[in-house]
Amino acid sequence: MAVFDEELKALREMVLKLCSMVECAIRDSVNSLVERNADLAKEVIKRDHMINALDVKVDEECIRLIALRQPVAKDLRFITTAMKITTDLERMGDLAVNIAERAIELKEEHLFKPYVNIPLMAEITQGMVRDSIDAFVRGCTNIPYDVINKDDEVDDLTVKNFNELLEYMIRDPKIIPIAIKRTYVAKYLERIADHATNIAEMVIYMCKGKIIRHMESPGP
Amino acid sequence: MVEEVRDKNIFEIKDFNVYYGSFLAVKRVNLNVETHKITAIIGPSGCGKSTLLRALNRMNDLIINSWVEGQVLFKGIDIYQKDTDVIELRKRVGMVFQKPNPFPSSVYENVAYGPKIRRIKKKSQLDEIVENALVRADLWKEVKDKLNESGMSLSGGQMQRLCIARSLAQEPEVLLFDEPTSALDPISTANIENLLQELRKTITIVIVTHNMQQAARVSDLTAFMYIGELIEFGNTDTIFVNPQNKLTEEYITGRFG
Repeated sequence: MAVFDEELKALREMVLKLCSMVECAIRDSVNSLVERNADLAKEVIKRDHMINALDVKVDEECIRLIALRQPVAKDLRFITTAMKITTDLERMGDLAVNIAERAIELKEEHLFKPYVNIPLMAEITQGMVRDSIDAFVRGCTNIPYDVINKDDEVDDLTVKNFNELLEYMIRDPKIIPIAIKRTYVAKYLERIADHATNIAEMVIYMCKGKIIRHMESPGP
Repeated sequence: MVEEVRDKNIFEIKDFNVYYGSFLAVKRVNLNVETHKITAIIGPSGCGKSTLLRALNRMNDLIINSWVEGQVLFKGIDIYQKDTDVIELRKRVGMVFQKPNPFPSSVYENVAYGPKIRRIKKKSQLDEIVENALVRADLWKEVKDKLNESGMSLSGGQMQRLCIARSLAQEPEVLLFDEPTSALDPISTANIENLLQELRKTITIVIVTHNMQQAARVSDLTAFMYIGELIEFGNTDTIFVNPQNKLTEEYITGRFG
């Protein structure tokens, strides 16, 4: 059984590495937008294949462990959670690439309004990812119920961002193409937060053995 | 209300102790066996699971110095009452053992033995019972042309199904299985497991197994025992996905002790 424990530890470390790569991609993509740094944006796009490769590797390892070890109880919940959350992490990586692509396009455009909401949204979503994965890695010492509430903050900021940009667009229709790209970025971050919420829900399942998705009040 | 509970639970085990001399092998077990369900009993060696199983048709009576306290109600009637007809009880609650143990006689005679003891003598009636039992044990197609050959000449998996057919010929309401596949290869094991799923439509099954994957595959309810005590009992999917007791979790994940 010691071998199986080692394998579970290695799987945990792989997921942790994937998480840190995705966190880094989100941070760098938003920084490339705010700092108007196309090189950094290109770097995010270039690194995405590493996230994809690790996602596949985690999946393969989970399938191997299910086939060879026939896990049950907490081991089964851990492995199935690892499988599901890596799909969310990989999608977050893709969304970071989308942000980086918009960053490259927006760098050439007039900065009609400084970025305020987007860095704030990025900060919250990164925190959500970190808190979710923390419980996964540390074995349920800190169950991420708060993450689910934070998703609402990101949703509110998405709406706020859209309304502010809408005012600018009404005042100056020439900026509409640029402003729409900025609404896209907010939407990407809002989707990242949704994926972070999925991860939190799966981690809560792993810890508690209870599926809380689509529940009215998923609290402890 | 009481009748409803009895229809639901074919056995009600209440504050039940089994002793071998002064050794307490099963400790204050309370457990209901649901009708037409498969209940698996798992636990490490020496935990009392086979003792508890054998208590359900009083096979422990055959062990010198064994005695019990508490109640085992079979359809509401305590099987440990003084006036219990134990032979009749074992007809209604049959048992299949770890090692296939056919009688050293023909396939036909193995299955017809019980009915003959019950004084069924008419050949056509016996033929019907034998065929019916072998069909139910999923063995008929394989042995219909060699009914007069020795039961001992069959393969291990076939012998075990012959023993099941022999039990079925008694038309039991419950079949108790004590590690029924531990001596069989994976294909024979799968055949027996499929057979259990068929049989549960008409009878109730209690199975003791060391193979936890087997318990997970075949049973509806699982009981985990440790040092004579019933630690956890519940739906098999709950026990194997989200057990509530730490001991259960440690045992089924192989991190015991």
